[in-house]
Amino acid sequence: MSTATSTQHGTGHAHEAHEHHHDHHEPGFWQKYIFSTDHKMIGIQYGLTALLFLFFGFMLMMCMRFQLANPGKPIPVFGGLLEALLGEAAKGGIMSADLYNSFGAMHGTIMVFLAIVPLAFGAFGNYVTPLQIGAPDMAFPRLNMASYHVFFWGGVLMLASFFVPGGAAKSGWTSYSPLATVAEFSRPFNGQTLWLIGMVLLITSSLLGAVNFITTIIQLRARGMTWMRLPFFVWAQFVTGFLLLLAFPPLEAAGILQLADNLFHTSFFLPTGLVVSGQQLPVSGGGSPLLWQHLFWFLGHPEVYVLILPAMGVVSEIIANNTRKPLWGYKSMVYAAMSIGFLSFIVWAHHMYLTGMGTKVATFFQTTTMMISIPSVIILTALFISLWGGSIRFNTPMLFAVSFLPMFGIGGLTGLPLGFNASDIYLHDSYYVIGHFHYVVAPGTIFALFAGIYFWYPKMTGRYMNEALGKIHFWGSLLGMNLIFAPMFIQGLKGMSRRMSDGGSTYFGADDIALKLNTSITHAAALLAVFQLPFIINVFMSLWNGRKVEGDNPWSATTLDWATPTPPPHGNFATEPVVYRGPYEYSAPNAKNGFISQDQKP
Amino acid sequence: MEIPYTYKPRPDTGLYNAKVGIWLFLASEIMLFGALFSSYILLRVTSPEGEWPLVERAWPHGLLNIPIGTFNTAVLITSSVTVVLAWAALKMNQFGKFRAYMLVTLFCAFGFLGIKSFEYNEKFTHYELRLKDGKVFTGHIEVNGKHAGFWDFGSIYNLDRLGKEQVKEISFTADAPKPKPGEKHADGAAHEHKAMTVKVGDIDKLDAFILRNHTFFAIYFVVTALHGLHVLGGALVLGYFAFPGASMWRKNPEQFTNRIEVAGLFWHFVDLVWIFLFPVVYLL
Repeated sequence: MSTATSTQHGTGHAHEAHEHHHDHHEPGFWQKYIFSTDHKMIGIQYGLTALLFLFFGFMLMMCMRFQLANPGKPIPVFGGLLEALLGEAAKGGIMSADLYNSFGAMHGTIMVFLAIVPLAFGAFGNYVTPLQIGAPDMAFPRLNMASYHVFFWGGVLMLASFFVPGGAAKSGWTSYSPLATVAEFSRPFNGQTLWLIGMVLLITSSLLGAVNFITTIIQLRARGMTWMRLPFFVWAQFVTGFLLLLAFPPLEAAGILQLADNLFHTSFFLPTGLVVSGQQLPVSGGGSPLLWQHLFWFLGHPEVYVLILPAMGVVSEIIANNTRKPLWGYKSMVYAAMSIGFLSFIVWAHHMYLTGMGTKVATFFQTTTMMISIPSVIILTALFISLWGGSIRFNTPMLFAVSFLPMFGIGGLTGLPLGFNASDIYLHDSYYVIGHFHYVVAPGTIFALFAGIYFWYPKMTGRYMNEALGKIHFWGSLLGMNLIFAPMFIQGLKGMSRRMSDGGSTYFGADDIALKLNTSITHAAALLAVFQLPFIINVFMSLWNGRKVEGDNPWSATTLDWATPTPPPHGNFATEPVVYRGPYEYSAPNAKNGFISQDQKP
Repeated sequence: MEIPYTYKPRPDTGLYNAKVGIWLFLASEIMLFGALFSSYILLRVTSPEGEWPLVERAWPHGLLNIPIGTFNTAVLITSSVTVVLAWAALKMNQFGKFRAYMLVTLFCAFGFLGIKSFEYNEKFTHYELRLKDGKVFTGHIEVNGKHAGFWDFGSIYNLDRLGKEQVKEISFTADAPKPKPGEKHADGAAHEHKAMTVKVGDIDKLDAFILRNHTFFAIYFVVTALHGLHVLGGALVLGYFAFPGASMWRKNPEQFTNRIEVAGLFWHFVDLVWIFLFPVVYLL
C-alpha cells in the first residue's frame, strides 16, 4: 500500500503543479494561509485558532482556581497583568466577584463554542472528512472559508467584550434571563450584548459549516463509498452536522430576542413586575424567563453531543487502527450515533427540573434522558469490545484514545443521577455537575482531540510527533485531570454550589473537607498546566525535527485519508479513488501486510 | 481533481450539490422561524385574559392593518409565481423572458418592503395613553404643535422624554372606538375623536406602538423585521442574478439555471414564512 501511494504522490506532483515552489501560480501568503478555500488549510486554521482559545479558556480557569483556593488574595504572576488590562475589576491583582463571574461565563463560552466545537468539527471535520470519503475538497469551498472567517470574528468579539465598560458577560455560559438583561440594565451596550452578537456570528459560522459538511458527505463520496463503508468518524461528523444545523437556530432566535431585551428594552424574557435592587424595572413585562431556558437548552443538549460525537469518531479510528482489528459492531455504532442524534433533540429539559415545569413534563424528559444513555453505552461497549483480543500498539494517540473510554464512562455514568428528577434536585448547580460534564468534555473529548492531533499530525506535516514528550503529556494529563475533577464529585455531594466566587469559604465550615479540596484541586490544575508544556513544545518542535514519516501511510491504516500524498496537495487525490470494501479491514486473512486499504482492488 | 456535481446531478442522489445545500439551509431556517413562532405562542398563551388596552398586558387583537397585510401577501405570492416563471423561461432557453419575470419579482420584493415600512411607520406614530384616573386611549399625539413621526426616530415620546423637554401638555387625538360586532359605524361617531389637550401631570404612561411597549409589538417587530431582512437578502441575490450575475448564462447555462432554481427555492421559503406569519399576527 505504501508503495502504491508513493507512486500516487509522484503523479500528484505533475497534476497539482501549483502546490510547488517553482511554479508561477503559487498563491500568495494571503491567499494560501488567510483566504484559503482548501479544506485542509481551513482545517488547520480552525485547529490553531481553537487551540489558542483552548489555552486562553484554560488560563481563565487557572485564575478562577486560584481565587477559589485563596479567596481575596492577589493572583500570582497574572495579577498585575489583569489589573493593567481590566483596571478596577482586578484591583491589586485581586479578582473581584464580578470578574470571577465574567471569567466563569467566558470560560464556559470559550471552551464550548470557540475551542472544542471548532477543534472537533471545524478542524478535524474539515481536514479529515473529505479525505476519508475520497473527495477533492468540500462541496462549497468558499462557504467553508466564510465559515472560518465568521467564526474568527465571533471569537474576536468575545475577547473584545472583556474590555467594554462593565466587563464581559457574567451571567454564566447559559446567560439565563432575567439576570443576563438586568446585570447591566442601564448600559445597553455591555459585555452581554457583545456576547450575543458574538454568538450570532458563531452560530452563523456553524450553520455554514454544517450545510457544507452534510452536503459534502452526501454528494462527494468517492465511487464505491457506500454509506456502510464510511469510516465511523465520517458518520460521527455527519450526525454532528445535523445537530448543529437544526439545534443552533433556536439559540440564534433566543439570542436575537435577548439582544432586543438588552438594546430595545423589550420583555421577551422579563416577567411582569420584576423588581431589581428594590425598584421595579421600567419595562413592559409579560415575558417568560422559562422561554429563554427552553430555547437555550434546545441547543444546549444537542451541543453536548456535538462535543462528544466527533470525539467518539476520532477514538474509533485510532482504536481500530491500533488494535489492528475491525471495529466490533460497526453497524450498531452507526445506528447508535443516529439514535443519539435523534434523541438529543428531546432531552433538553432535564437541565430544567428545578424551574417548576411540572412533574409530568419532568417525567417525560427523565424517560428520554435515560433512553439516550442506551446508544451512548452501545458505542462505548463496542469500542471496549474492539480492544478485546487485539495486539494493541500503545503509541501516544492510542493511549489518549484508550483512556477516553473510562474517562467518558465516568462522565456518562455520573450523569445518570442528574438525569433523574429526584436526585437532581439535590445535585443541581453543585460541583457534582461541574465534575460530571468536565469528565465528559475534558478528559473525554479533549483527550480524544489530543489523540487525533497525534494521529493525523504525520499526515498534515509529514513528520511524527515526539513519542517521549507525548507520553509525558499523556500520563501527566491523565493524572492532573482526575485529581481535578474526581474531588469535585465529593464537593458537590457535600452541597457546594458551583457559582460561589470565594470557593464557598463563607458557606462551609473552615475545616470542612470540601473546602480543603479547593486547594488540592488548584494544585492539580497547576500540575495539569505544567504537563501541557510538553505538548506545546512537541507541536512546534516536531515541525522541524520530528521523525520523518516512512511513507504516506505511517500507521498502516485502511481508510482513504492515508491514501493521499503527504501532506495532501490541493485537490487531495492524484487520481480519483475508487472504494471496494469496508473501512476497517485489519487482520484480513489474505492481506499481504495484515490490512487491506479501502481502495485496494479485490 | 475537480469538485464533482457542482451543477450536474449525482446519479445516486439525483441532486447537484447546491440543491442539497439549499434544502439543508432551509431546514435550518425552519428551526429558526419555528423557534420564533414557538416563542410567539408561549408569550401569547401566558398573557392575561381581556381586551387590550383596557387590560394592560392582554394580547391585542386587530391592531394591524388587515387590508394592507392581505395586499402584501398577494404581492409576495405573485413574486413567488414570477420567480418560477423566470426559471421556467431559462429552461426553455428564453433569456429575455427570464429577465422580464425577474424584474417583476424584484418589483414585488421591493414593493413588499415599501408597504411594510409604511405599516411600521403607522405603528411608530400610534400611541397608547394611560391617564392616572384609569382612562385608557389609543391615538395620535402632537407635541408643541408637531406630529411625532417616524422619520425623526428620536421623536417617539414617552413620559421620560416629555419630562426632559419640560413639556407641560400635549394634544391627543383618540382613535374612533371600534364598532362592536353587528353594530354599524355611525357617521356621527367620526366627529367625536377631536383632539383633546392632556396635561403631562395627568399621564400615567405614554408610549408608541413599539417594541418596548408590549410583548406583542416586540415579537411582531422582531419576527417581521427578520423576515424583512430575508426578503431584502433574497432580493439582492435575485437582483445579482438578473443583472451582473447573468453573464454566466452564456458560459454555463445549466449552472446558471440551477442557481436560479436554488435562489427561487429560498424565495419560496421566504414567501412561505410570510404565509404563516400573516394569519398568525394579523388575523388570529
